Amino acid sequence: MRYLPLSPADRGVMLDVVGIATIDDLFADIPVSALNAKFNLPEHQGELEVERSMGAMAAKNRAAGAGPFFVGCGAYKHHVPATVDHIIQRSEFLTAYTPYQPEIAQGTLQYLFEFQTQVAALTGMEVANASMYDGSTGCAEAALMARRITKRRKHILSGALHPHYASVVRTSLELHENIVVPAPIDIKGTEDLASMIDAETACVIVQNPDVFGNLRDLSSLADACHANGALLVAVVTEAISLGAVKSPGEMGADIVVGEGQSIGNALSFGGPYVGLFATRQKYIRQMPGRLCGETTDIDGKRGYVLTLSTREQHIRRDKATSNICTNSGLCTLAFTIHMTLLGENGLRRLAMLNHEAACKTADMLGGVDGVEVVNNAYFNEFTLRLPTNAVEVVDALADRGILAGVPGGRLWPDVPEADNLLIVAATECATEEDIDRFSVALGEVL
Amino acid sequence: MSKITFTGNKALQIEEALIFEVSDFSRTGVDLPAPTGKTTRLGGVARESAIGLPGLSEPETMRHYVRLSQKNYAIDMGPFPLGSCTMKHNPRLNEKMARLPGFGDIHPLQPEKTVQGALELIDTLAFWLKELTGMPAVAMSPKAGAHGELCGMMAIKAALEARGESATRTRVLAPESSHGTNPATAAQCGFTVDNIPADSSGRIDLEAFRAKLGPDIAGVMVTNPNTCGLFERDICAISEAVHEAGGYFYCDGANFNAIAGKARPGDLGVDAMHINLHKTFSTPHGGGGPGSGPTVFSKSLAPYAPVPNVISENGVYRLVESLQATGSEDDGVKSFGRLTAFHGQMGMFVRALAYMLSHGIDGVAQAAEDAVLNANYVLALLRKEMTPAFDGYCMHECLFDDRFLKGTGVETLDFAKAMIDEGYHPMTMYFPLVVHGAMLIEPTESESKHELDLFCGALLSLAKRAKAGEVDAFRAAPEHSPCRRLDETTAARKPILRWTPPPTVNEVE
Repeated sequence: MRYLPLSPADRGVMLDVVGIATIDDLFADIPVSALNAKFNLPEHQGELEVERSMGAMAAKNRAAGAGPFFVGCGAYKHHVPATVDHIIQRSEFLTAYTPYQPEIAQGTLQYLFEFQTQVAALTGMEVANASMYDGSTGCAEAALMARRITKRRKHILSGALHPHYASVVRTSLELHENIVVPAPIDIKGTEDLASMIDAETACVIVQNPDVFGNLRDLSSLADACHANGALLVAVVTEAISLGAVKSPGEMGADIVVGEGQSIGNALSFGGPYVGLFATRQKYIRQMPGRLCGETTDIDGKRGYVLTLSTREQHIRRDKATSNICTNSGLCTLAFTIHMTLLGENGLRRLAMLNHEAACKTADMLGGVDGVEVVNNAYFNEFTLRLPTNAVEVVDALADRGILAGVPGGRLWPDVPEADNLLIVAATECATEEDIDRFSVALGEVL
Repeated sequence: MSKITFTGNKALQIEEALIFEVSDFSRTGVDLPAPTGKTTRLGGVARESAIGLPGLSEPETMRHYVRLSQKNYAIDMGPFPLGSCTMKHNPRLNEKMARLPGFGDIHPLQPEKTVQGALELIDTLAFWLKELTGMPAVAMSPKAGAHGELCGMMAIKAALEARGESATRTRVLAPESSHGTNPATAAQCGFTVDNIPADSSGRIDLEAFRAKLGPDIAGVMVTNPNTCGLFERDICAISEAVHEAGGYFYCDGANFNAIAGKARPGDLGVDAMHINLHKTFSTPHGGGGPGSGPTVFSKSLAPYAPVPNVISENGVYRLVESLQATGSEDDGVKSFGRLTAFHGQMGMFVRALAYMLSHGIDGVAQAAEDAVLNANYVLALLRKEMTPAFDGYCMHECLFDDRFLKGTGVETLDFAKAMIDEGYHPMTMYFPLVVHGAMLIEPTESESKHELDLFCGALLSLAKRAKAGEVDAFRAAPEHSPCRRLDETTAARKPILRWTPPPTVNEVE
C-alpha cells in the first residue's frame, strides 16, 4: 500500500516494543459485536486504476469551459490565473494546519491578515474575518450576530435573496426562538423592505446585486434600519461586482457577507468556497469566526497571531459566538493571490468586462421573439421572462451544447410566477461567438 | 537578541513586507482587454471612490507567496503530531482528480443530465461512508466537522419536535474532555449542556452518567475513541441507557480514523455521527480549511436529514433540492431544512473518494491499525522520561500530563516551543482540559518507524534537559523560527485586524 510506510518487519519490532503479541490486543476495548463487521467494499488499487475509474465519472459531466456557459446564481465561471493554483498547491500551504503555533505559521497568518484587509477594502467595511465556510452560512451567522448585538429576534429577508441563502437562514435561526420574515418574491427589485421594519427587528438581509441580477442603492434602507435600531446585512454573491458597484459599506451596511468563489476559486459543483464576512470595528467582539491580528514577538519584530479567541468555541465552549472551528483556509489563499494579481486596476477592468458581456448578452437575447429582459440595472447577471417554462428551455439548450442559465423552477419550485424566468450570467469568459450561438439557439427552441 | 544580519534575513528565511507596503496600487499581474466604455447599466450605483487594493506583477506575486510559504511548517516537511487533528499524508493523486474539468469546472446549478458523473461520485462516496459506519443514511452537505455536528444536533432537535418533546427535552450531556465544538453546537441548537464526569481510567463514568439521565434529556455527545485517545469501553451501555431515557446518541467522529475499517459505529448504537473527510480521509487541512463533514444517521434520525440529497432511479441520478420535493410527511419524510447553498464540498468529496479507492477496505483497516500501533509505539518510547496521563494502551493518540516537568520550572507551553527549535511541530497542548498541562500526540499512520524514532529521541532529550534544570533554554524557545514568541495578550487587548496606511507627513505634524 503506497501510502503506508510501515513494513511487516517494522510492525513486528514495534509490537515487541509495545509489549504485545498481535495488533488485535490494541483493539481489545472495542465490543466484539462491533469488530466482526463485513464490509461490502473493494480492495486497494494503484494510481492508474483509480485515475481510470474516477476519470470515467468526470467524463460524464459537461464542464463549464466546454462551450457557451451562462450559469450563475451564486457561483460564477471566471478565469483564474495559473499562478493561483500553483501557489496553493505548495506543500507549506496545502499541508499546514490551522496556525495555532504562530512562530512556525507566519506564512498562513500574514496572508490571512492581507486577506482581511483586502476584504474590508472591497466591501467598504472596517474589519473582516479570516472567512466563513461560504456565503450562505456566513449569511446565517450574520443574522445570529445581529441578534446578539440588538438583543432582538426578528429577521427580515428580502424577496430577492438567493433562495438557498434564505433556506439556510431559516434553518439556522428558527431553532432558536428567532422569527424569520421573508418578503414575497421580488423579481424587479422594487420591494419596500423599510416598511416591514419595527422595534422588534434585529436585521434586514438584502442581496446586491440580488438573485435576479438587479442592482439597488441600499442607502435609504440602511437609514430606515438605523432609525429603528436594526442592522442592515448586505449579501454579495458575486464578489467581482464590487469592482464596479458602490460597496455595501458606502451604502451604510452594518454587516457584509459575501461569496468569494468568483475570485481565485473553481466552480467545483458548489464547494469548497469562501465566505466573506465584514463589519464595523465596534462589533468585532460579537463576530463569528477566526480573526488574525498584528502583534510583535519578544524581539520586537512584527508578526501575526489568531486573536480574540475568547469569542470562540475552544475557549468559550457553550458561550461561544459560533460553533465554527475553521475557516476556508486554502480558498482564502486562492482569493487573496488572485486579488493581488488583479490589483485595483485589474479588478475594475475585469468588473467592467463582465458588465459589458452581460449588457451585450441581454441585448442579443432580449431581441429574440417573445423574450423580455426583466432588469433595468444589473452587473453581470440578469433575468429573462420567456414565453414558456424555462426548465424545458434550459434542457433543450443543453442538448445543443449551451448551458443557458438557471431556470426559475429550479430555485422556486413552489412559485408559479417564477416558472418562465431564466437567470443568465455572462462573465469575461463569454465570447461574442458564445453569445451569438446562445441567442440563435434560444430563438430555435422557443 | 542582537541583529544577526543587516537585512534581517537569515539565509533562506527572507523577510517579507505586506503587499500594501510594496505596491503602488497601479500594478497588475493580469492582462485584460480594455472595456469599450460604451454601455453601462449600473443604475446610479457605480463605484467611484478608490478601493485600496494593491496589485503585484506575476513575478512579484510568486516571490511574495513563496517567501511566505517558507515561514510555515507542513506535514510534507515532517511529523505534525497534533492530537485530535489527524495530520496524515495528503496524496497528490487526490489533488489531480479534484482538478479534472469534469469535477472542478462544473456548476452546482447545471441541468442534472449534464452532471450525472458528479452525482454518481457523491452517491459512491455516500455508499462508502454508510458501509464503513454501518449507518443507513448520510447527509453530504455539511461544510466541516462542526457543521456536521450542527447537522446531527438539528436532526435530533427535529426528531424531538416530531415527538412533541422539544420543549421538555432540552439537556444534552457531554464529557468534560469533549471538543469545544460539542457544547457550542448544542447551545446553538438551543440545548443546555451538562458535563459528564470521567472515571480514573480517562473514560466516561458510567454510573455518574446514568445518574444524570432523566426525562429532560435530549441526547448525549460522545467522541469515541475519546480525546484522551481511549476507546469508551462502556459505549454499548451508554447508548442503551440514553435510548432507554428517550434521548439520542450523537457521536463526534473526529477520531473515526482509529477504527475505520475495523468497527462500525452503527453497531455501537450511534444515531448520528459526522465524519471529518479532512482527517480520516486525507483531504488537505490547507492552513485551516476547507473541511468537509458528512453526517451519517441511524434509521430513527434519517427522515430528518437536510436537503439536498442524491437519489438514483433506474440508473439516472437526481438531486432532491427542496423540501417540497423530499416527499410529504405522510411518507415519513420531515427534513429539517438546508445547511448550505448548493450540495456540499464537492472538491473534498473527490479527494476523499480517491483516498478510499486507493486504500480499498484492506488499506483503510491497515491505516487504522498502523495509526494505533504508531501511537502505542510513541507511548512506549516516551514513557521512559514523560508521564502518560492514564495507564494502559491507547488508540490512535497518546496523552501525557506535565508531572514529569514538576519542579523543573518548565511548563507544557515551554516544552512545546522547544520542540519547534528541534524542527518539530508541537503536539496539541492543554487539551483535553481534564488533564493537567496536557500533551496529546497523534502520529498517524503516515509516519515511518525511522521518523518516529527520531521524533521520540528529540522529545526524550528535551525531557532530560528540562529535568537537568535548563529552564532558561526552554523559556527562551523558540530561537530559530521565523518569529519568536508572540505577544498574544496585546494582540487581543488592542486588536489590529487590518493594514492601515501610515499617517502622512501632515497628519504627523
